[in-house]
Amino acid sequence: MSGTEASLAVSVFLASAVEAVEALTIVLAVGSTRSWASALAGVLAGMTALAVLIAALGPALTSLPIGVLRVVVGGLLLTFGLQWLRKAILRAAGLKPLHDELAIFAAEARAAGAAGVAPGELDGYSFAISFKGVLLEGLEVAFIVLTFGANQDDVGLAAVAAALAVALVVVVGFVARAPLTRVPENAMKFAVGVLLSAFGLFWGAEGAGASWPEGEAALPFLGLFVLAAAWLMVRDLRRGLPDLAAAAS
Amino acid sequence: MARRAALAVWGFVVGDDWRTAVGVVLILAATALVATAGLPAWWLAPIAVLALLRWSLGRAIPRCADGSSRL
Repeated sequence: MSGTEASLAVSVFLASAVEAVEALTIVLAVGSTRSWASALAGVLAGMTALAVLIAALGPALTSLPIGVLRVVVGGLLLTFGLQWLRKAILRAAGLKPLHDELAIFAAEARAAGAAGVAPGELDGYSFAISFKGVLLEGLEVAFIVLTFGANQDDVGLAAVAAALAVALVVVVGFVARAPLTRVPENAMKFAVGVLLSAFGLFWGAEGAGASWPEGEAALPFLGLFVLAAAWLMVRDLRRGLPDLAAAAS
Repeated sequence: MARRAALAVWGFVVGDDWRTAVGVVLILAATALVATAGLPAWWLAPIAVLALLRWSLGRAIPRCADGSSRL
C-alpha cells in the first residue's frame, strides 16, 4: 500500500468512525426506548440505500477524464474539508460547544418515548428515525468514499476502510449499549478536516494545471502545513477569547 | 424529491458558508490561470486556502461569541 493509499484509508476510516458514532447514538436511543427490530430494520435500509448510491455513482465518477475529476473532486473535498476544519477549530478554541452524545441520546430517547405507541409489528417511528439517521450521517461517508476512491481509482479500498470503521463502532456501541462518549470526536474531526483539506488542495491544484514539487510526496507536507496553520489559528482564537467575551457582553 | 436531495447535498458539502465554496472556485481558477501562463502555480492554492479559512473563521466568531451561531 502506498503512502497516498494509506492516507486515503486513514481519512475515510476516521470520517466514517465519527459519522458512525453519531448515527449509533440515534439508533441506540430509538432502539432502547421503542423497538430494536424496527430500529435495526431502519439501519439495514439506510445502509442498503448508501451502498446502492456508492455502487451507482462510483463507476460514473471514475469514467470522467482524470483532469476534470481531480479539479471537480478536489474543489468539493476542499470546500467540504474547510467546513469540517472551521467547526473543529471553533470547538477546539472553546467558541463552539463540543458534540454531546449523551445529551443527544437523552433528547432522542425523550422524543421516541413521547411519539406514541406503534400499532403494528413494525414500529414506523423507530424505522424512520434510524433510517434517516443512518442515511444523513452516511451521506457524508458516501461522499468521502466516492471522491477519495474515484480520484485514487480505488473505490474498493475506501469502501473497505469505511466498512471497518462502521463495524468497529457498531460492535463497541452494542457491547457498551450506550452512546460512545469517550470517543475524541473533535480531535478526529480536526484530523479529518486537515486530511480532506490537504487532499483537496493536492488534487484541486493538480487538476487546475499546477505541478507539485516531488509529485505525491508533497501530500504529507501539505497535511503538515494545514495542520500547523489550523493549530496556530486555534491558539490565536484561545488567546482572544477574553476580548470576544467582553465584546459579546 | 430531487430538490430535497440537491438541498441535502448542498447542505453537507457547502454548509452554512457559501462564501468558502465561492472562494475555493476562485482559488482553483486563479491556479489554472497561473499554470496556463506557464508559471509555477503550486504555491498559490495552499496560501490562498489558509487565508480563506482564516477569513471564514473571522466571520463565524462574532456569531459564536453572541450565541447566535447555527454552525
